[in-house]
Amino acid sequence: MSEPIRLKTPLTEEDVLKLKIGDSVLLTGKIYTARDAAHKRLFDLAEKGEPLPLDLKGQIIYYAGPAPAKPGYVIGPAGPTTSGRCDPYTPKLLEIGLKGMIGKGVRSKEVKDAMQKYKAVYFAATGGAAALIAKNIKAVKVVAYEDLGAEAIRELEVEDFPLIVANDAYGGDLYEEGMKKYRRE
Amino acid sequence: MREVEYNTVVETVARLCKEANYFLGDDVYNAIKNGLEKEESPVGKDILNQLLKNADIAKNEEIPICQDTGFAVIFLEHGADVRVKGDINQAITEGVAKGYTEGYLRKSILSDPVKGKNTNDNTPPIIYTTIVPGDKIKITVAPKGGGSENMSAVKMMTPADGIEGVKKFVIDTVVQASSNPCPPIVVGVGIGGNFEYVAFLAKKALLRNIGERNPDPFYADVERELLEKINNTGVGPMGLGGRITCLDVFIEVFPRHIASFPAAVNINCHAARHKSAVI
Ligand code: SF4
Repeated sequence: MSEPIRLKTPLTEEDVLKLKIGDSVLLTGKIYTARDAAHKRLFDLAEKGEPLPLDLKGQIIYYAGPAPAKPGYVIGPAGPTTSGRCDPYTPKLLEIGLKGMIGKGVRSKEVKDAMQKYKAVYFAATGGAAALIAKNIKAVKVVAYEDLGAEAIRELEVEDFPLIVANDAYGGDLYEEGMKKYRRE
Repeated sequence: MREVEYNTVVETVARLCKEANYFLGDDVYNAIKNGLEKEESPVGKDILNQLLKNADIAKNEEIPICQDTGFAVIFLEHGADVRVKGDINQAITEGVAKGYTEGYLRKSILSDPVKGKNTNDNTPPIIYTTIVPGDKIKITVAPKGGGSENMSAVKMMTPADGIEGVKKFVIDTVVQASSNPCPPIVVGVGIGGNFEYVAFLAKKALLRNIGERNPDPFYADVERELLEKINNTGVGPMGLGGRITCLDVFIEVFPRHIASFPAAVNINCHAARHKSAVI
């Protein structure tokens, strides 16, 4: 595999446009966890044009709901969850400036179209590699919706979080391309 | 009649919940390792390596392999000549609460499917009890994550569909599931019985160890064939393309009604967790 690309958050449009499907990336900086329950709340606010509890411009959302941390750990195992559950809310968040998403699994056509339109990128993290991923998380703090427990929005400081570009801003989709490439009749 | 202390059940279940979530079975670990040699996709290789590293970390530090520590599914083989002093279902439920709380496992269960709140201790478990001869109780804890469970399916096929119909159903289900169940997956297939029993068969099939074939050579062959066909779909690790989509396929069958031909596919992720103890 080619050398991983090192990226820092927040992402600029230029960062996003450099990325192509299949690229491996090591991500450093602040990212935000949110699952569907938190998405619904963000979406409702954005629809009404009200301010969100955090500014999403240039930011990356990580679809994750970590397990509890053992004493002495900053966070419990924190692998990606299925991104598709957030699809209905995602185009709106991209419209207001979200630049990246991390999760597992294919995205809807609406999300892929919005990614092209607003220039955003979707990274796949390794589902179920939760103990390994937790090692790349250096600090955690709840920034919104504490009442949602594991589903609250958390700010994570990550270092060299290993990711693969699954969908780029050019309409590329590694889920489709990859499967085609390795299919045998 | 032999008697078992209530607390023995509680402690055993609590321990199994933790062990199942911390320690990936050697069979699965080795299957991923073997998969690495066959994987052609660089991205796929990278992912399989991450999974092995992940399992090592989880084991050494006694933390969960995956943050989704699942619904606690319990299989009980209860000897007819043994009794627990007290309510065994209650003891199992207490054991699950204890294991998930003490073990820092994620609590993912809502008290009601529509109106529910998190029960905060991952109870209730789902318990399947079979009465067997003897004076022992075998308890198997199989935590099951949501991502792979959601991609499972039951189909009331027609007898004319036959085994070829089942094969197609299995492959279609796996391809449609794509990346969602965190491939490489393990596939449990049920054939026969009726609507609810066929789903149970598919789930029970997932308790086998990788490489353990159905004792009937006919079904053993179908298992091998399906494994190869699934790995030819190209879905690959995490659905990003590659050779290793599936680690094994297990088929369980049961007699059927002349008019019915039920089939079920229960998908498990690479975090294929199950641990047993006999008390
Ligand atoms: S499908 Fe399995 S490995 Fe993937 S997130 Fe769910 S429990 Fe974890």
